[in-house]
Amino acid sequence: MVFENLSNKLQDTFKRLRGMGKLSEKNIEESLREVRLALLEADVNFKVVKDFIATVKERSIGQEVLNSLTPGQQVIKIVYEELTKLMGEHEAPLKLADRPPTIVMLVGLQGAGKTSTAGKMAGLLKKQGRRPLLIAADIYRPAAIKQLQVLGGQLDIPVFSLEGADPVKIARQGVEYAIAYQRDLVIIDTAGRLHVNEELMNELKEIQARVNPHEILLVIDAMTGQDAVNVANSFQETLGLTGVILTKLDSDTRGGAALSVRAVTKAPIKYVGLGEKMENLEVFHPSRMASRVLGMGDVLTLIEKA
Amino acid sequence: SKTKNSLVTNLEGIFSSYQKIDEELFTELEDTLIMADVGVETTTYLTDQLRETVKQQKVSDPAQLKPLLIGLIRQVIEGAGRKQFNFDARDKVLLIVGVNGVGKTTTIAKLAARFSDHRRQVLLVAADTFRAAATEQLMQWGERIGVPVIHHQEGADPAAVVFDGMAAAQSRKSDLVIVDTAGRLHTKVNLMEELKKVRRIITQNIGGRQLETLLVLDATTGQNAVNQVKVFKEAVAIDGIVLTKLDGTAKGGVVLAIAHQFQIPIYLIGVGEKKEDLQEFDALAFTRALFE
Ligand SMILES: Nc1nc2c(ncn2[C@@H]2O[C@H](COP(=O)(O)OP(=O)(O)OP(=O)(O)O)[C@@H](O)[C@H]2O)c(=O)[nH]1
Ligand SMILES: Nc1nc2c(ncn2[C@@H]2O[C@H](COP(=O)(O)OP(=O)(O)OP(=O)(O)O)[C@@H](O)[C@H]2O)c(=O)[nH]1
Ligand SMILES: [Mg+2]
Ligand SMILES: [Mg+2]
Repeated sequence: MVFENLSNKLQDTFKRLRGMGKLSEKNIEESLREVRLALLEADVNFKVVKDFIATVKERSIGQEVLNSLTPGQQVIKIVYEELTKLMGEHEAPLKLADRPPTIVMLVGLQGAGKTSTAGKMAGLLKKQGRRPLLIAADIYRPAAIKQLQVLGGQLDIPVFSLEGADPVKIARQGVEYAIAYQRDLVIIDTAGRLHVNEELMNELKEIQARVNPHEILLVIDAMTGQDAVNVANSFQETLGLTGVILTKLDSDTRGGAALSVRAVTKAPIKYVGLGEKMENLEVFHPSRMASRVLGMGDVLTLIEKA
Repeated sequence: SKTKNSLVTNLEGIFSSYQKIDEELFTELEDTLIMADVGVETTTYLTDQLRETVKQQKVSDPAQLKPLLIGLIRQVIEGAGRKQFNFDARDKVLLIVGVNGVGKTTTIAKLAARFSDHRRQVLLVAADTFRAAATEQLMQWGERIGVPVIHHQEGADPAAVVFDGMAAAQSRKSDLVIVDTAGRLHTKVNLMEELKKVRRIITQNIGGRQLETLLVLDATTGQNAVNQVKVFKEAVAIDGIVLTKLDGTAKGGVVLAIAHQFQIPIYLIGVGEKKEDLQEFDALAFTRALFE
């Protein structure tokens, strides 16, 4: 398997570094070549990789390494630290409004996992004592409203929908409904759309203008390739994202998209989806993701051993 | 033209901005392929081949590289098998599989619509009994395009739905049966076992039909698509690939890596959400688009 090879190569590189007393610029460059390949094979965006490698190189060649007693260890540490930094370092909880209801809007490409995630988030926050309302604002996909209703039914959470209305009206009336019925958390499920579809992107902008959401979260498939940055960029520019949710992390993807999206939007990754069931949503841990992208579950132990 | 945020380099631009063929040019070609999701391994293979050809044929003009590279890519794609998808077929069962949300159900609607255009009697089988309102989704499509759908309740055994579907196809003398399955990650062993069972029920009740299994891949997927192909192929034998969502900005270059590793032809592409947004895969058009 390609991935295993890369991971092994990376381990070898790190081992070699570990054994070295003093690193030359050439040593560092050779090692970073392997890191670059591993990141690309993990689907981290090409441009993001380039910047990342430049940063690591600069730090490695600079004072830090030269003054360190074990320079090899230091380089590994820098790679890992910079990766974690790119991922956001800290967990990012959902922002709750001072005056309820907190309004959350989920957006993203087709099939990314918005509707499932709407259900999962509502379920999770209900367990934490909130009173959620789901709003079905996807009028395009066949049976999209029904899908959300089924999930709402499973979770015993109300779902607002409006036959024959446009998504802007549905969202607006849904929020009014939440206020009238004292629901303190509103999650709006929107239709999947391409980031280059101007008409549908404008529709999102209009929903945003009418309901003033506290959180606009981009739902993105963790298996996404190089295009993740273009997608994230467009949604960011159109809406100003407050966060990202990464789905389908229960796959065997390296998940480089996470790194790319985070680097491009600077929006924190708030949750990850780890399965199809409603309980399969967790808070995002930046350092775990850093290890995953590198294909090494035990980067930390490596650093310690180094 | 380059938009402000476009990270994609234009192949045309690469070839015209270089006076001579040098390492810098090869590096830029590599970067372009990587950015199209071709993957490190296949990209290296392609540029190594190109370097070799340049040396052997003593190519010196960068402009000559373009047809050479396009030729190499086509070789990789067509090396995986060339087969036109036959919309005039009768007596076939199409089993549609893939990971979650790639576009299986929508592709089925598109296939059914196209077969109907060719005056074929199609029967759809709603064997995704797991995802919320998956059956309703397929039924709404069936209604739109005027094709019957065999279905059970949510939570039913998918094998049982397929069994009924095969029996119904027999008594109705349907030309084609298309089976929708639940999205499943290739990493979930129990779900892959379930899929094997569905396939077994089909073959046991095939009634003179021919089974063809299509794997649906999302063009926005990165290198993970290679793993998807590998595991689905081992579990249920894949006859062809449908590459969806090519109407976005993703290039779907990972299918090159797939063609490089597996003998599975790409049949069709999805270019939108409507029933007519299905096209035959065209290796040349696909290759050109990699560099746009
Ligand atoms: N394995 C896994 N599957 C997921 C996850 N999140 C969503 N899915 C599945 O992905 C598929 C698509 O999910 P949806 O919630 O319908 O996606 P969507 O973004 O609402 O899709 P559209 O509304 O069509 O754009 C479904 O089969 C979900 O069950 C996840 O974290 N893990
Ligand atoms: N832009 C675009 N969207 C597509 C294409 N094919 C499917 N979609 C959309 O992708 C989303 C998911 O499609 P589905 O057909 O439900 O996917 P699926 O594989 O059946 O999903 P699960 O059954 O949940 O695994 C829907 O919003 C579709 O409209 C395509 O070629 N282009
Ligand atoms: Mg949805
Ligand atoms: Mg489906």
